[in-house]
Amino acid sequence: MDLDFTEEQDMLRNSARDFLSTECDKAMVRQIEESEEGYSPEIWRKMAELGWQGLLIPEEYDGMGMGLMDLVVIFEEIGRNILPSPFLVTVALGTPPIVEAGSEEQKKEILPRVSSGEAILTLALTEPSVGYTADCVELEAEDRGDSFVLNGTKLFVEFASASDYMVVVARTKSGGDPEDGITLLLVDSKSPGIKIEPFATTGMDKQCEVVFDNVSVPKANIIGELDKGWPIVAKTLEKATVAKCAEMVGGMQAVLDMSVAYAKERVQYGRPIGSFQAIQHMLADMYLRVETSKNILYQAAWMVSEGLPAAEKVAIAKGWCNEAYKKVTEDGVEVHGAIGTARDHDMGLYYRRSKAADPTFGDTESQRELVAQQLGL
Amino acid sequence: MDFSFSPDEEQFRQEVRDFIAREVPPGLETGVGGFVESEDEWQFARGMTKKLAAKGWLSMAWPKEYGGQDAHMKSVILSEEMNYLGAPGLDFGGVGMLAPALMAHGTEEQKKRFLPGIASGDVLWCQGWSEPGAGSDLPSLTTRAVEDCDDFVINGQKVWTSHAQHANWCFLLVKTDPDAEPKHRGISFLLVDFKTPGITISPLITMADERAFSEVFYDNVRVPKENLVGEKNRGWRVAMIAAGFERSGIYRIALARRNVDRLIQYAKEPQPDGIVPARDPLVRQNLADLYIEGEISRILAYRVAWQQAQGLQPEWEASMARLFGCEFQQHVAHTGMEIMGLYGLLRENSKWANTECKMARQSLLAVGATIAAGTSEVQRNAIAMRGLGLPRG
Repeated sequence: MDLDFTEEQDMLRNSARDFLSTECDKAMVRQIEESEEGYSPEIWRKMAELGWQGLLIPEEYDGMGMGLMDLVVIFEEIGRNILPSPFLVTVALGTPPIVEAGSEEQKKEILPRVSSGEAILTLALTEPSVGYTADCVELEAEDRGDSFVLNGTKLFVEFASASDYMVVVARTKSGGDPEDGITLLLVDSKSPGIKIEPFATTGMDKQCEVVFDNVSVPKANIIGELDKGWPIVAKTLEKATVAKCAEMVGGMQAVLDMSVAYAKERVQYGRPIGSFQAIQHMLADMYLRVETSKNILYQAAWMVSEGLPAAEKVAIAKGWCNEAYKKVTEDGVEVHGAIGTARDHDMGLYYRRSKAADPTFGDTESQRELVAQQLGL
Repeated sequence: MDFSFSPDEEQFRQEVRDFIAREVPPGLETGVGGFVESEDEWQFARGMTKKLAAKGWLSMAWPKEYGGQDAHMKSVILSEEMNYLGAPGLDFGGVGMLAPALMAHGTEEQKKRFLPGIASGDVLWCQGWSEPGAGSDLPSLTTRAVEDCDDFVINGQKVWTSHAQHANWCFLLVKTDPDAEPKHRGISFLLVDFKTPGITISPLITMADERAFSEVFYDNVRVPKENLVGEKNRGWRVAMIAAGFERSGIYRIALARRNVDRLIQYAKEPQPDGIVPARDPLVRQNLADLYIEGEISRILAYRVAWQQAQGLQPEWEASMARLFGCEFQQHVAHTGMEIMGLYGLLRENSKWANTECKMARQSLLAVGATIAAGTSEVQRNAIAMRGLGLPRG
């Protein structure tokens, strides 16, 4: 047992923290949120110079070949600082299927461009039925010999608008086991017949509708095997959920730090409000939520990175982080009082993200149901 | 990071399981902190303590120089397995509290005199700290010790003394300077032979019918000065060592996890009304929620244990593990009662009572979890002030 981060990971954390606070202060966060792209191409380039986009990509494809625990460190800092960007969708959703199951040609073509920051990827999985299980995948890929033709709608595809490629989760066989008959296709986001429409959302995270109207995709673009795509999706979702939880944990930590600092300086009734037991206990509970979330996240991340069966632990982590992040931000606003509800106050940036993070990759109830199934209930 | 136990630790866990399967008759189960019901069970528990001692397990967390194995992590595994399986015999007061305090502050003579009896399981110690007027505010205790020739003469009352009726000795906190400010600078740490004249023990039975606690009255009890541990008026430092040796609280979590696992099993089976509880989405959600809390409690406790095994002294982390673990224990009992409905109300020997899910008893035991050995409010104070640096009120 060793429950500390390595020295290298501590250094990675410090450099990420420095980079983000320098490049992306809260004024910049707001500016990016309001922009059409929803991210800053300039910061994106600098992130690539640091090697972030290639963190999980093997060195032979110009990546860093690092592990999931390293990614957890980066995502905690991103969540703490807030960085609106297609980083999660690129490194944790779009890239893993290619690294895990892509052909040599696909890897050579795509991965170095991801590492260099040239290519933005995302995963087109969810549909209007909105679920993260195989039975929710209905978008049809019709076999036309050398190619497939896609018709249908994907919904809540984050940063499809900014993407160069989408990994599209399509149905190639129906009836029987819903996990059988799912195929992953690497699709150029500029292909004829694709219409992408981003929506204004609480998280301002460029959630898009992607309509496929007779979109032709060559069969060479299959990632992995025909009909056997679901296990790759499931594995990818584990990684992405861990990344999301890390981002949430970073956000919780920021809210706690801000609230504690404010409770020490805000004076009412002639004393700092942090000296009142009612506020102290609220902050103690917030701290407890942050620490419980961290501990279960790290355990889940470690299991995924070791290749151990981690479905249960990942579900536990996400279910727990969902409730913790929401409650910590709600309490954080409460500690700040009225000013915490102001649009120009930073609390709102986190509060909105806690709401956006909850249903992403499965809300609390669905995570608990996953745990119940794992327990044989 | 690495969340796994070493092969040696995993092998030890299995060894403990085998030992319990061999030694503990089916159906015998202890409650929180190894409390047992009858005199027969108590005798059995004492026998188990001796067997644990003979295997070198009882004091395995002690430093090697005192006959231990420096095996803190293994001792946590031992506690987890013993409590999960409801096996009696672990000794907390002597092994886990007094002994470390003696090692840190006792004289060579005191160590030689008292440690062997603790390690062998022959001498049972109880903790005389709480008083009717000194619970969370322990430094306000008023049990008085006055010097008289070679003795201290003790007068006062203690309460919630665990196992007093069976104990041979007591480690007692007394006031030796009632005017000291801050109050904890007037407290001394004394070792009291319970055969000394002037000690009266009166049982204090809980709503769960636990007969583990007592009020203890001290009426001109004479204790030789050689039984003072540490300096006079500096007993608080000794007490803090005693309270700080094992802080993971894994025993409580193991016991609560046992109950979660039993509830899960219960929910899978058709009940007398023909209904399988697990088919109810709300039951599924609630059981998953309990299981989640159990897994988190466990990892918090492991972290505290791991920190202690590294020679660190977790402060707020231990308060968190304790706070979360206690509330988890109560959550299990409350939810368990809800899932079982009217059947959950039946006491163990009732005709229709479920023989595995003893929620009636658990809910009565759990009510004190957030109070004993530091209330949840005191833990939150500690987290706020020591963990977050918030100003005193």
